[in-house]
Amino acid sequence: MTGFSTLFYKEMLRFYKVAFQTVLAPVVMALLYLVVFASAFKTRADVLPGVAYVAFLVPGLMMMSMIQNAFANSSSSLIQSKIAGNLIFILLSPLSTLEFFLAFVGASVARAMIVAAGIYLAAMFFIAVPVSHPFYLLAFAFLGSATLGALGVIAGIWAERFDQLAGFQNFVVMPLSFLSGVFYSLRALPPFWRTVSRANPLLYMIDGFRYGFFGVSDVSPLVSLGIVFGFFVGVSALALILLARGYRLRN
Amino acid sequence: MTAGDDGQAIVIDGVHKHFGPVHALRGIDLQIQKGEFFGLLGPNGAGKSTLINILAGLTHANVGHASICGYDVVGDYRQARRALGVVPQEVVFDPFFTVREVLAIQAGYFGLKGADNERWREELLATLMLADKADANMRTLSGGMKRRVLIAQALVHKPEVVILDEPTAGVDVELRTSLWAFVRRLHAEGRTIVLTTHYLEEAESLCGRIAIMQDGQIAALDTKDALLRRAVHKTLCITTRDPIGVLPPVLLSKVRKQTENYLELSLQKGADSISEVLEALRVSGHVIIDLATEQADLEEVFLALTKKAK
Repeated sequence: MTGFSTLFYKEMLRFYKVAFQTVLAPVVMALLYLVVFASAFKTRADVLPGVAYVAFLVPGLMMMSMIQNAFANSSSSLIQSKIAGNLIFILLSPLSTLEFFLAFVGASVARAMIVAAGIYLAAMFFIAVPVSHPFYLLAFAFLGSATLGALGVIAGIWAERFDQLAGFQNFVVMPLSFLSGVFYSLRALPPFWRTVSRANPLLYMIDGFRYGFFGVSDVSPLVSLGIVFGFFVGVSALALILLARGYRLRN
Repeated sequence: MTAGDDGQAIVIDGVHKHFGPVHALRGIDLQIQKGEFFGLLGPNGAGKSTLINILAGLTHANVGHASICGYDVVGDYRQARRALGVVPQEVVFDPFFTVREVLAIQAGYFGLKGADNERWREELLATLMLADKADANMRTLSGGMKRRVLIAQALVHKPEVVILDEPTAGVDVELRTSLWAFVRRLHAEGRTIVLTTHYLEEAESLCGRIAIMQDGQIAALDTKDALLRRAVHKTLCITTRDPIGVLPPVLLSKVRKQTENYLELSLQKGADSISEVLEALRVSGHVIIDLATEQADLEEVFLALTKKAK
């Protein structure tokens, strides 16, 4: 194995060994949301034309779980290794900045995809959600989870204590993912909040991902793809710069 | 810096390091030849660990350069890190993995796989008495075992240069003995060993050359024998037939230890004469039945140098 594939394998093994917490728990959590919201709003009119509310929820919950788990995977691994001190074993190795970044982001994407697949399979017991545009679906799934994996790398590098990371997660990632159209369509919002919501980059991930299933979206999928890609490039560039400088890692 | 087999394992050239207002390293110049067993000594806060961290790429020098086997630790970091194994001072471990997994992962970071490396890893496990714990999770290991795993991790890629940063701190006597036997073997196999330790007798028995650091500078750098020659005192140990009682006044200022029949005198090299001491004792009626001299140890030199530097 190369250095990159070893670190990628190690990061995969890390979350596999605690799969109960890292995979099963988020799947169950998403299903609980599905059951509760579906029961509460079963009489609600279709949010998107021809799409039942329960079906509408499934892609949103999948992407929200991908976002949260991709972020959690890289950030928690980094902060734990930093605080326990075992990050030194990676820092002493000849791994390059890019290998380091790709391995952490790659494992985040893998965990996010596994969680999303678990939610989709479990949701099939409640409702069938067909896939109309697999390219968009995969592109948004990959770019969305990779972006949050890269954001997790930044947060893991920046945070020096667990509570700092929890703050990042609870006050940035969680609100942005909840307010990104998981449970509602942009069309249902008043004009002011619709405009505000458009500043949330996670909205485009969910909207574009949902387009992959239903072929209907609030924003053009190409525009969303461009915005998500731009966000991915920006976040990745920042993470790579921090890693290359050894910010809070090699000091 | 270009890589070359110029016989230098480590070259440190004008290295300065600041941590905010603290000037941790104040222009370190040091060369360590391949195959040396080198001791890096100094009190806490002298800058030893900072210097090691710069060599390992764990921190960057503000000024100056360092290289391992001719490879710059920043510009040629991949080759430099392949040539270097570091046993860190702190006992750190990854709680997710078993000992065998930890070693396989560490080897993988260096791109090492296959039967050859697997054999070497098994050999390390056996030599470091970890074979029966190979499939145990790191969490379940004792402190001594975790420290041995750290050594195995540092050696998994067969580095030419091995740095041990206080490897015996808090380690029991049995492990310390076996650890030094292992390190001697690594040195005999041709590896360069750099050791930092607070146990000066360890440095004295193992190291050929020693640098003593103080306040971010090298206060002394010499062979062990030359450093020991800097000592200004030696000890004369005398056993008498009868209880010693009253000593001749000329000896009173030289007494280091006195029991009923035993006397330890600290003599200044080149100034005090053993024959004059013995004559004074004879004249005062003491019969000497045993006599021994002890040369100064590294501790005396260390304390003298670090005190002077202050």
